[in-house]
Amino acid sequence: MAERLFQAGIWCAALLVLMVLFWLVQGLLDQGLAKLSVDFLFSQPQNAGRDGGISSILVATLLILAVTLLVALPLGLASAVWLAEFTATHNFWARKVRLALDVMAGVPSIVFGLFGYAFFSLFLGMGFSILSGGLTLACMILPVFIRTCEIGLRSVNNSWRQGAAALGMPKIKAVWFILLPAALPAISAGLILGIGRATAETAALMFTSGYVDRMPGSVMDSGRALSVHIYDLSMNVTGGDAAAQASALILLMIIMVLNMLAYAITDLWLGRRVLNGFAN
Amino acid sequence: MLALIIAVIIIGAWPALSSHDSIAFITDKSWYPLEGQFGMLSMLLASVLVMIIAILLAAPIGIMCAIFIAYIAPARIQKGYRFAIALLAGMPSVVLGLWGLTVLVPLINKWSPPGQSLLLAGIVLCIMILPTVTLTSLAAFKSLPETLQHATSALGIRQHVQIVNVLIPAASAAIISGVLLAMARALGETMVVLMVAGNVVQFPTGLLEPVRTLTANIALEMAYATDLHRASLFVSGLILTVLVLVMMLIASKIKSDNHYG
Amino acid sequence: MALQTKGFTLGQLTEAKTCCEPIPHLSVHNLSVKYQHKTVLENVNLDIYKGCITALIGPSGCGKTSFLSTLNRMTDMIAGASVSGKVLFHDDNILNQPIDLLTLRRQIGMIFQKPNPFPLSIYRNLALPLREIGIKDKQLIDYKIETVLKDVGLWQEVHHQLDMTATKLSGGQQQRLCIARALVLEPEILLMDEPCSALDPISSAVVEDLIVSLRGRYTVVIVTHNLAQAKRVANYAGFFWMQERVGKLVEFGRSQHLFDQPQNELTAAFVNGRKG
Repeated sequence: MAERLFQAGIWCAALLVLMVLFWLVQGLLDQGLAKLSVDFLFSQPQNAGRDGGISSILVATLLILAVTLLVALPLGLASAVWLAEFTATHNFWARKVRLALDVMAGVPSIVFGLFGYAFFSLFLGMGFSILSGGLTLACMILPVFIRTCEIGLRSVNNSWRQGAAALGMPKIKAVWFILLPAALPAISAGLILGIGRATAETAALMFTSGYVDRMPGSVMDSGRALSVHIYDLSMNVTGGDAAAQASALILLMIIMVLNMLAYAITDLWLGRRVLNGFAN
Repeated sequence: MLALIIAVIIIGAWPALSSHDSIAFITDKSWYPLEGQFGMLSMLLASVLVMIIAILLAAPIGIMCAIFIAYIAPARIQKGYRFAIALLAGMPSVVLGLWGLTVLVPLINKWSPPGQSLLLAGIVLCIMILPTVTLTSLAAFKSLPETLQHATSALGIRQHVQIVNVLIPAASAAIISGVLLAMARALGETMVVLMVAGNVVQFPTGLLEPVRTLTANIALEMAYATDLHRASLFVSGLILTVLVLVMMLIASKIKSDNHYG
Repeated sequence: MALQTKGFTLGQLTEAKTCCEPIPHLSVHNLSVKYQHKTVLENVNLDIYKGCITALIGPSGCGKTSFLSTLNRMTDMIAGASVSGKVLFHDDNILNQPIDLLTLRRQIGMIFQKPNPFPLSIYRNLALPLREIGIKDKQLIDYKIETVLKDVGLWQEVHHQLDMTATKLSGGQQQRLCIARALVLEPEILLMDEPCSALDPISSAVVEDLIVSLRGRYTVVIVTHNLAQAKRVANYAGFFWMQERVGKLVEFGRSQHLFDQPQNELTAAFVNGRKG
């Protein structure tokens, strides 16, 4: 009897969550779908975004992400390689850095926004620009990215490391030619998740990359990211709901695709590890 | 880099910290920036209350979902359900806020205007952090040795007793640290509360009252704040960061102290 | 071997090495076990005698553990495992689907290779199964816990620290606690899957003595890799071997016969250390 009750309770909770998810998606589809079209993607926003499309917004979003990637990828990889390959696991500095990274991963995004505003926009004089937005996002996703890369590198079979060393290969070459390729799936999965997080981010961008919805001319221009666009339409523009929901659908699709890519890569990677028999 | 970030925030906050009686920031409840009053108590309280509502809802439901995936769900449903939770986890907060604003607010508005409220913010935040709770608890359950389940089954112990009395206690440290992480996320979240909490600076008195949280305040006023006002926004950022860091450190401490972690 | 005293009474310790009347407690007929489509064990027939210790020996991977886990239906927990044949217990076939698994497992307890105490206090480890069978009286629970801890020789060592987390005990103590946890339900049969193999030699000897002391009170089936141990503790022994990639029961009989005058070539080779 108690057993039944318990199971029923669990099923209820599970169904509840599923229903909420369904409701959520349905709520977005409700108004957003009608607005959605190819035209919507490729035309400029008009009338404060109520009409027209989101082309300039998409371009700004992509530019911001490009800046983020250009900064986060090399910096993140270098740090991860340093942590995983050039320091002992219990090295004092490595431990401190690791702790700092884990802590940073939890810092609220609005605080990153504050930081980016004060540091990039004002102190370094970049103003409201795509560049400072991208840099802020890079700071935000770096901690998680570095840690995933580090874990990916660490789980590469040790015998390859020894093999490379036995061939008299300099360590830096071993890392470049053997270890990084071997850890590539973990790295790309981490990167994709990071990009997903960056795409979804709003708070950190509001006062770093700004609100201007014109087509950006360069990275020093202000540009409005998709998520900021959604926020602005729903809060500051009356009658912008439909456009906001259509944009939200686009955002959601981008993020879903990114997430699925990340999962597929991780799955593939795990599968391959098992096949090669070096799962542990 | 963490040091750089904290340094920048502290430098930004410095004028306010030094010129003011700094205790007043967290004890005074009147926030009238134009008149030079920067008491954050109401907003701090609103932040904490919203977080508490969110976690009170999300923790039990989230853990139950984890139990569902780990032990109850038939194999075929399990995978799909996990995917649904992952989908929810990837939901951008601005989209959740939009949904709250366009779907839930009108609903609540019907019986208690204005609709945007403490409670609603808590509910939408709950949806946002629920996947965090579920996924961390799930990982905790999965990392338990299988022998534990075998042992209980071999003793003829019913499944729910097994889950409640053996598996949950065994996984408790990791679950609690997951809940703390979720709380930290809830506290630091901006967009959802900005969009559905109502943004009225007032001392929270009822569940259906509109409130403004610290994070929303930063987002709202940063654009035009100057001098001391701006500095005090940095102070609120600092307070948030410190709170979140404390929670995260406790979480990682609990986790590393535990045997089954 | 000193044969046949006058049977035995449950709950009363009979002398070591005295064996009991051969009354079948479990009868296994034509038992086969498959995982997915791979047969791991085929056509096993044997009787487990009441109050005796039956040892199952053989090389790894020949289906001993699979056999053991069919006896209390732990095979149900392995995805893709299917069992055919008959196992009679009190005239019921326990392999029939609509059987009360909880009751069955309370009557047929199991000890695992690796000690698996719950990460709870020692006291809770033992109280939990008791509560499950509906014993709520605190005094009775305390009494039973004390008795069973004395039975396994742990009382002296732990009675002043029953609140300690069980996972902090040593390996040997943990395994004895697990045995106590199984005994506290007063099962009829105990299944042991290499109960000593994860322990150091000294703890192993303590646990072995404990197993011997269970003779006569409980029916014990023990899987072991340790031939000397099987020889020391068992009244009956069964020898499993892989034939054409399928596990089979090659020989079963009184342990003395099986070890001293094995009927089968393979058995002889195995017990003399020439094979396996």
